[in-house]
Amino acid sequence: MTRKLTCIECPKGCVLSVEVEKDKVVKVSGNLCPKGLVYAASEIENPARILTSAVLTKGLDLKMIPVRTDRPIPKSRLMEAMREIKNLKIEKEVHLGDVIAENFLGLGVNLISTRETK
Amino acid sequence: MVKRDLVIIGGGPAGMAAALSAHKNGVRDILLIERDQYLGGILNQCVHTGFGLEYFKEVLTGPEYAARFIREIEGIAPIEISLRSFAVALTKEKVLTYLKPGLLQRVKARALIMATGCREKTREMVHIAGSRPAGIFTAGLAQKLINIEGLLPGKQVVIVGSGDIGLIMARRFLLEGAQVKGVIEIQDRSRGLLRNLVQCIEDFEIPFYCRHKIARIYGNKRVEKVSIVKVDDNLKEVAGSEFQLACDTILISVGLIPENELIEMAGVAIDKKTNCPVSGELNKTSLPGVFVCGNSFKVYDLVDSVTRDSEIAGKLAAEYLRGRK
Amino acid sequence: MKLYDVIIIGAGVVGTAISRELSRYKLSIGLLEKEEELAFGVSKSNSGIIHPGTHNPRHSLKGRLCVAGNKLTRKISRELGVDFKEVGELVIAFREEDLQHLVRLKEEAQALGVPGLEIVNRAWLKSHEPNLSQEAIAALYAPTAGIISPYRLVYDLAENAVRNGVEACTRNEVTHIETRASERCFEITTSAGKFRARYLINAAGLYADEIARMVGVDDFRIKPRKGEEFILDKKKEHLTNHLLFPLPSKTSKGVLVIKTADGNPMIGPTAVDCDDKEDLSTSDAGLKQVLAGAQQMIPSISESDIIAYFAGLRPVSADDFIIRHEEKVPGFINVAGIQSPGLTAAPAIAVLLCDILRSQGLVLKKKLRFHKHRKKEIHLFAVSLSETAKLIKKDHAYGDIVCRCEMVSAKEIEEAIKRGAKTLDGIKFRTRAQAGRCHGSFCTTRIIKMLTRAAGKPLLKISKKGPGSEIVKQDRVNG
Repeated sequence: MTRKLTCIECPKGCVLSVEVEKDKVVKVSGNLCPKGLVYAASEIENPARILTSAVLTKGLDLKMIPVRTDRPIPKSRLMEAMREIKNLKIEKEVHLGDVIAENFLGLGVNLISTRETK
Repeated sequence: MVKRDLVIIGGGPAGMAAALSAHKNGVRDILLIERDQYLGGILNQCVHTGFGLEYFKEVLTGPEYAARFIREIEGIAPIEISLRSFAVALTKEKVLTYLKPGLLQRVKARALIMATGCREKTREMVHIAGSRPAGIFTAGLAQKLINIEGLLPGKQVVIVGSGDIGLIMARRFLLEGAQVKGVIEIQDRSRGLLRNLVQCIEDFEIPFYCRHKIARIYGNKRVEKVSIVKVDDNLKEVAGSEFQLACDTILISVGLIPENELIEMAGVAIDKKTNCPVSGELNKTSLPGVFVCGNSFKVYDLVDSVTRDSEIAGKLAAEYLRGRK
Repeated sequence: MKLYDVIIIGAGVVGTAISRELSRYKLSIGLLEKEEELAFGVSKSNSGIIHPGTHNPRHSLKGRLCVAGNKLTRKISRELGVDFKEVGELVIAFREEDLQHLVRLKEEAQALGVPGLEIVNRAWLKSHEPNLSQEAIAALYAPTAGIISPYRLVYDLAENAVRNGVEACTRNEVTHIETRASERCFEITTSAGKFRARYLINAAGLYADEIARMVGVDDFRIKPRKGEEFILDKKKEHLTNHLLFPLPSKTSKGVLVIKTADGNPMIGPTAVDCDDKEDLSTSDAGLKQVLAGAQQMIPSISESDIIAYFAGLRPVSADDFIIRHEEKVPGFINVAGIQSPGLTAAPAIAVLLCDILRSQGLVLKKKLRFHKHRKKEIHLFAVSLSETAKLIKKDHAYGDIVCRCEMVSAKEIEEAIKRGAKTLDGIKFRTRAQAGRCHGSFCTTRIIKMLTRAAGKPLLKISKKGPGSEIVKQDRVNG
């Protein structure tokens, strides 16, 4: 069966034609670069997204520190991840890239800061 | 009154790129004024990814993109940064007046780069029948409240306009636990990037209504519901197509307006329809020595384009200054 | 429980004007307002016109009080530090057969004592109002028309009244009034407490009929008549030099093109009878009607000039103001049906009320110390840059700009909060923050935080205009 996907790896948004057999990708066309192939496979077999949000601080100048997962996490876990983020609190100064939560949700992915506090 | 070679108004991605480029091209006296307490501009509240794919070939969030430039700028002594500084007046002799807590300063600039970005189109600029309750926000204001202040503006949201900011905020509200009842777009397709349609609308199955508009807002104190109606190819209401959506929040994301009132004050020619400077050449204005870059020059889709455009402006300013010596 | 000499129900322009006038005398005065802040009822939708007195029948209370009020407003605005600007008014005729109507209007107005009236011709109009339609053939010129900020006037009246001893209580909606046959005493129950007064003044705007009914006076009804108004970009400030009126109809003054105290021109209002005292919605039909009416006078006005819009409800009762002591209920005075020219008439109504109270046995003894002057508050947008520099030197917070579009500093917002602003609208009406081009997109966040800090209210309770209109639904801090 052929599915149509829009690749989200870059602003070009190539429309990919993906042939799927038994839940596995067998052929991809329409991509202008190799990233599309990777995206197609992941989107069909294990759709994942980078999660971005912000974490509350305590005692710092910035009330919220923006954060992201350093790698995509399964789409199905996004809402759970958000609930977990709401429970976090940053109480000391952070540098760009500092790990806020290691092995976030046990997914082998870190939640990192995307902003420096002064 | 102080004299400076180059004054840059705006410390967001445009202003920072212009400052760095001017410095790279030989300018050694640069004053960068920024109204907020931090550099970074609008990027500080854009916690999502999608920045830097072209410029850095990386997937970055707004703050991460900004950090690249902030780090570089802070290491350069000839670039003086004045935060919490707000430009209030500009004359055609390039005398700028700005305010900051405790100080009113007048600066005579030999060259000036405007990097003031945009403001959003608001409900008030388009007549939407109905009441004026609490709960109506521009997408950017909602974004700031959520990402910078940790405040959720509402729990049941209807988004008017499918530009990128509206799409991004649809996802943001959902992730914060709110319900997004729909995105209402008057044109026949979304105005935003395809990738945002996928990541923000399709991923979460948010109802997307093309060729629709809000007919009426209900609610005395707080938004209670909206009525939505279909429009034809001439954007006229289709009779009998009206339906209602209960909601407590309406997000308006229908367009950006370049902020050029300051240079207009100095007599620079501005296109009345777009609010952009009338310009024969890229980044130049009708006033020699006054340059505009970034979104206040032209509304760009990507910050990467803003950076490139601003680097050109910085270079032009440097050339102009060399020519004046 | 304290027995007030006078309690006034309703803190709009009429109620506050009365309270300020009464505060000259040695009396204990209470002012009750049901909304979160003063002026949040009818007064906030007022167009801000100080009428010369035209458009009123010669023997009407409206006419007499308008002419007197026009004079008094000038004095009061100087005392209170609120800007009044005389701009003059033109009632414009487009057809030969309307010239008679102009002459009649002039005569009626002259009988009322309106000064300086003149019928002007095409040539005069061409040189004094260059953007006026070429179809205009003549106009009645009334030079004493002026403009003022209606809500700033209310706040300044109230502030001065409070300074002179009036107790103003917001969030007090009157629910019940008991009268005692034996003694002159009204027992007033509100949503927040109980009050007792010897004399009771009903200045409750849209709800004046409901208040009157509470004491058994049931001979009038207040029917709201909606007016939609559309504000134009401030860049068009000099589109007109005077307030422009078409010829009036039986029920309304028509669609006007006016100047406002803030600089923006305004077009409107419509005049549509309405059932719901809380319906402040605008409509596409209203916009169309107003635009057509405005373009008749100034053809160059286009829909794209409109930057904001709102609606107000006129509290309409009879043809004339209902200002009378109710014989059946001694001590109860109705001040009802105060639609246009209510703003203009307000100071004269206040003086009239003093006379009525005197005639009803209240002794009005002048205070030795009446603080008639109020220091004008500072608005950066109204002063020069060199003045701004001096202000910033004195207080750093004048240099801390919160509202970018209207140039409002943190200091002015702090002052507004000290003077009683509790809501976003309250800040907007007092300082103009949020009333500019970006309509609050930039400054709202900071204003919410300033309100929280100053009022000690949690962020979740900060509202646009009172309970029910809170801005945000959740704070990460509380989870």
